[in-house]
Amino acid sequence: MNDLWDGLINAAWLVISFDADLYEIAARSLRVTLAALLIASAIALPLAALLAVQRFRFRRATIAVLNALMGLPPVVVGLIVYVFLSRSGPFGVLGLLFTPTAMIIAQVIIIVPLIASIAHQSLRELWAEYHDLLISMNAGRVQRIITLLWDGRRALLTAALAGFGRGVGEVGAIMIVGGNIDHLTRVMTTAIALETGKGNFALALGLGFVLIALSIMVNLAIHRLSQTETEGRW
Amino acid sequence: MSALLPMRATGACVHRRGKRLIGPIDLVLDGQGITALIGPNGAGKSTLLKALHGLERLSAGRIEWACPQARAEQLQAFVFQTPVMLRRSVLDNLTYPLRLVRTPRAAARAAAAEWCARIGLEGMEARLATVLSGGEKQKLALARALITRPQVLFLDEPSASLDGRATREIEALLMLATGAGTRIVMATHDMGQARRLAREVVFMRSGEVHEIAAAATFFDAPRTDAARAFLAGDIVD
Repeated sequence: MNDLWDGLINAAWLVISFDADLYEIAARSLRVTLAALLIASAIALPLAALLAVQRFRFRRATIAVLNALMGLPPVVVGLIVYVFLSRSGPFGVLGLLFTPTAMIIAQVIIIVPLIASIAHQSLRELWAEYHDLLISMNAGRVQRIITLLWDGRRALLTAALAGFGRGVGEVGAIMIVGGNIDHLTRVMTTAIALETGKGNFALALGLGFVLIALSIMVNLAIHRLSQTETEGRW
Repeated sequence: MSALLPMRATGACVHRRGKRLIGPIDLVLDGQGITALIGPNGAGKSTLLKALHGLERLSAGRIEWACPQARAEQLQAFVFQTPVMLRRSVLDNLTYPLRLVRTPRAAARAAAAEWCARIGLEGMEARLATVLSGGEKQKLALARALITRPQVLFLDEPSASLDGRATREIEALLMLATGAGTRIVMATHDMGQARRLAREVVFMRSGEVHEIAAAATFFDAPRTDAARAFLAGDIVD
């Protein structure tokens, strides 16, 4: 219990004393996760809409695989990305290993199935509602997808936020491909793992509380920007 | 402008899971005005409407329009019994079909504003369409279908569960549309409405067209016993 109190006090102190290291790794955490979220959303949301509107031979199997991939073990993803980006790997020449870019790549792979699966659930329901109308209006496939993504945007926000939550709290993959290098690839979660390993529980808990606060603030900011939960909105 | 009519349905059948829903149906749609599809529940009125519009796949027979199929699809519109509202504002619901055919944004918004006024929804342009009343939704759905000036409009029970005032407003819009040259095919249970609006009546029973006649003739002197019984309010299977 004392550790928890110490953690809270540490968290408050780190924030109000404008601890440079804290702000640096918090900013890096946000940069990496938001970049991964942006890229993953650009892939996953159209994919989810396509799966909702398009009938093709292995559609059910594709959806089942996508759902199964939601539980991708991050450490395994990290290892695979590591193999691909390591010097002897196919993309070794790019020199991306132990850089924030490698961390973004790993996070994208982890959160694409999650965002796509959650988005697909809501878009499937919306498509059931719109199906006859859009076909009757002679909307083309791309127009149907754009319509679903636009009209379902508030539901899709939930999918994106779930992706953000998974990304910002992820440690296994980015530890492997990022290396937790100080001032280069250290982020909140890897810093927490490091401090815990050193037995510095109060600081680790302090960082943990800051991470939770950061995550809540980003969620609130996105909700506010997209005007969800306001009167007359869906 | 391509002419959509006449439309010929020849031996048109729709089956679902091995069960015949309608057909074989032979029907010619031409001329002007409103054709009312009437008949008991389960007679296949809605299925026939959807088949004519291409929303139900034919299991046999064919439907031919006077112009190529791709063009024919652009010249028709459909209003469903339960109006489907896009999760957008009233104005955006109206601009949507125009934007689909790449009408410039300004022109689409101007046309939508004009239709808003015409259907009595002026001042409600920014309101979300999904929170409108049933009558308002049906008027909006009708305006959204008419805004592209379709040559043929299919309506499935346009005033089901609406009150008298809303029904009158819907009927006024339908008369406006026929005046502008839109051919309307409408399924209805409301015999009063069929009498008021229809030029032609198609009486359906058990998935087949049982009788086709001019509205006045049909209501005054139906040819078949089933039609007579239906008009008398008897239960017809």
